[in-house]
Amino acid sequence: MKPRFIRSIAAQIALLPAWLIVIFAYLGTIAWTIRISFSSTKVFPTYDFIGLKQYERLFATERWIISGQNLFIFGACFIIGCLIFGFLLAVFIDQKIRAESVFRTIFLYPYAMSFIVTGLVWQWTLNPTLGVQQTVRNWGWQDFTFDWLVRGDRAIYVIAIAGIWQASGLVMAILLAGLRGIDQELWKAAKVDGIPTWRVYLHIIVPMLSPMFVTATVLLATAVVKVYDLVIALTGGGPGISTEVPAKFVIDYLFNRQNVGLATAASTVMFVTVLVVLAPWLYSQYFRGQRGRGA
Amino acid sequence: MATVSIRELEIDFGTLRVLQTLNLDIKEGEFIVLLGPSGCGKSTLLNAVAGLLDVTAGQIWIGGKNVTWEEPKDRGIGMVFQSYALYPRMTVKGNLSFGLKMAKTPHDEIEKRVAKAAKILQIEPLLGRRPSELSGGQRQRVAIGRALVRDVDVFLFDEPLSNLDAKLRTELRVEIKRLHHELGSTMIYVTHDQIEALTLADRIAVMNGGVIQQLASPKEIYRRPVNRFVAGFVGSPGMNFVDGTLALGGGAPGFVLSDGTRLDISGYEFSGDPKDGQPATIGIRPEQIELKEKAEDATILPIHLNLVEPMGADSLVWGHVSGTQFAVRIDGDDHVATPATVDAFFSPSQASIFDKAGGARL
Amino acid sequence: MSTTTMEPQGPRPSRITPARIGVYAFLVVSAAFFLLPLYVMLITSIKPMAEIRLGNLFSFPLAPTIEPWIKAWTYACTGVNCDGIKVGFLNSFRILVPSVIVSIALGATIGYALSFWRPRGANFLFAVLLLGAFIPYQVFLYPLVRMLSTVGLYNSLPGIVVVHTIFGLPLMTLLFRNFYAGIPIDLFKAARVDGGGFWAIFFRLMLPLSTPIIIVAVILQVTGIWNDFLFGLIFAGRENFPMTVELNNVVNTTTGEREYNVNMAATILTALVPLIVYFVSGRWFVRGIAAGAVKG
Repeated sequence: MKPRFIRSIAAQIALLPAWLIVIFAYLGTIAWTIRISFSSTKVFPTYDFIGLKQYERLFATERWIISGQNLFIFGACFIIGCLIFGFLLAVFIDQKIRAESVFRTIFLYPYAMSFIVTGLVWQWTLNPTLGVQQTVRNWGWQDFTFDWLVRGDRAIYVIAIAGIWQASGLVMAILLAGLRGIDQELWKAAKVDGIPTWRVYLHIIVPMLSPMFVTATVLLATAVVKVYDLVIALTGGGPGISTEVPAKFVIDYLFNRQNVGLATAASTVMFVTVLVVLAPWLYSQYFRGQRGRGA
Repeated sequence: MATVSIRELEIDFGTLRVLQTLNLDIKEGEFIVLLGPSGCGKSTLLNAVAGLLDVTAGQIWIGGKNVTWEEPKDRGIGMVFQSYALYPRMTVKGNLSFGLKMAKTPHDEIEKRVAKAAKILQIEPLLGRRPSELSGGQRQRVAIGRALVRDVDVFLFDEPLSNLDAKLRTELRVEIKRLHHELGSTMIYVTHDQIEALTLADRIAVMNGGVIQQLASPKEIYRRPVNRFVAGFVGSPGMNFVDGTLALGGGAPGFVLSDGTRLDISGYEFSGDPKDGQPATIGIRPEQIELKEKAEDATILPIHLNLVEPMGADSLVWGHVSGTQFAVRIDGDDHVATPATVDAFFSPSQASIFDKAGGARL
Repeated sequence: MSTTTMEPQGPRPSRITPARIGVYAFLVVSAAFFLLPLYVMLITSIKPMAEIRLGNLFSFPLAPTIEPWIKAWTYACTGVNCDGIKVGFLNSFRILVPSVIVSIALGATIGYALSFWRPRGANFLFAVLLLGAFIPYQVFLYPLVRMLSTVGLYNSLPGIVVVHTIFGLPLMTLLFRNFYAGIPIDLFKAARVDGGGFWAIFFRLMLPLSTPIIIVAVILQVTGIWNDFLFGLIFAGRENFPMTVELNNVVNTTTGEREYNVNMAATILTALVPLIVYFVSGRWFVRGIAAGAVKG
């Protein structure tokens, strides 16, 4: 039993920086941002109160609507793509193959790179005049087109592909750790029962790994909301505004377009969205913890 | 026909030879226990019989069929594991029926078998529960049930009771024995617990270093162990061993201890080829020593007694014979004064004498 | 001429089943997918511009040159200055070292306090920190800019270090708290019985035990901070721009023809430090992910 509430001044003092950060940098900033979103601040804080005007403006801005849509499209493709691809990578690597650590190293190295680096590399690779499209045409297929990068309706998928390239290794690492934690005798029992390997994965292993899937999804979702560097490096938000994302919207209006009021309104919307999505997961974690770990 | 025949089996892991040219014939309906310490190869042998391991040489025959290259599911076996290995996200019923569903067994047949197994193992009220909601003993029953529904004639048990506490172990041991009487199937059971072996087995194969040391009934193994290893492994508290030399010159055969004491071993049946002056070890079990009454064929064994350990029904009296530690079992109500030097009695026909060099029985 | 069939004995005949081939095929194709961009980066960076204009992305250079590397390092233009990306490299280090030290020191202290001492409000503190890790940081940006401006740390090196510490705290605290939760409480109790106070136990007992988790924390922080772009752009100030920001400047703000070979060389140089950390640390990197990802 851990001792509760030991009276220690030293401990309280040691936690002072933490308290300062939590109060000012976390709670304080959130409160302040929300406050500013109800004002008409342009660059320096103005504490007037104009109600929900900024929010109205926000949702009348086409750029913001497109950002939201892109976030959903990108988010869905990215998360689902990473989960499936990462799962397959983990499963195949777990098949007692030779050179396993070589494969693992190759699959995970993109995660060590900056999103800027990833974005630039993929921008270069998918450049229509000098990249993949041109190369394949030089090989003889004159009609080959892969100009998604510069197409307004497809560019967002390119960002998803680059994201999957970067993050699948992470999902693989998490799921592989889960796979390795599974009792070997379970495999033996399934073999004696005559269950084909793919069914073992489908009916037995995947349900057992569901906590890992949830963890991976949460991590990926966090990255989706934050996505900025990748978009800047890969498409700069273009062509036009077809790959705008909320994070970029906020930064642009905050620093370049000098409209802090609008930007903070946008930030608050993002914040509330995350809370709404996070609440059920946190709720289940908290209550699961109270009742004791089940299965 | 549910016989199992292991012929000239050899198993290597890389350069390590785990099983050495093993031969074992198991009769139909027999309950055979593979007993031995960790690393002796018993689990390896069981896994090879199950088809979960490839063998380096030799053959495995089950039910008159050569199954050396067959998959586990085609060998007509069911298996129970130490960690139960139940499918965690399925109900008990799901666990029992999953394998059958995979084999495309008709629905009514599945229901029939599941009901039958649940009845035999008394797990009917548990069918809707998940493994995480069951106790250890219940989980093990479900694991046995999963093997039962396969409707096979050979059951393999890989240390199934090792994860249970002592009380549960005793309970389930009886269950398994009862199961064997009810079903009459052939059962191969691996354990390192010699009590399980003695209570459950028709025959025990004591293994060490990849070799079967002795294959015999529990009684035979207990009374006439074939070498020093088997003698020391089976029986609790263990057999007492005292070193000495054989004195087979003239007169009654004797055993001379290191302190010069000569024990009369008339009545001992030599099975090997004893020589006069041969260095040997005599083994006498604690319950084979009498402190008070002299039996008809008993001879004298001088013991220094030091310490009494009361254990309820019996007591263990510790002392030494010729400098070697020695234990004597007496009734729990008896009283012995310590320290004391007494002349105890033992019947040489019950004792065992082993060659000092190789450990073989003489 | 006999027709006796082989009696099965010994090991099963080896099976090169289609399934096995499929596994390797998938892995090899996936590996190619992952390695392709790296390969493209490397060969583009040593090609002269003439070959690049031909548009053969995967072809080996006919006249390889390291001129792009030299240019990228020493005299590429990052906006106004043309001193190459080495400026960014130095800046990244100047940002990295203090940030890593401060964030880990703070995270270790907090994790230690939370795990063993449980002072009042500790759970609330931890909950807010954890929650903070999920919140999109756009919410924090403007107030942070204002606050740092007020204390004169905006657009400065100490400013960016503070920012990295703030945003690194949740993960660092989580790592250390979980690690210390795995240390037997009896060790701590024995130290208290021996008369140890808060700092004494920390420095003499816990810190020496913390080597594994410190390694993991260093790896995570080095990778995260070096690869950061946004905070460096906003808070570091023009003279302190990290390599990632400079890289973006080199690539995306050139007038005239883009020198792809120089850009690629600059990209590789920027990715070099975390990649080396990755390849050297191997297992520790994976352990870091597992420790950070498996929350609680």
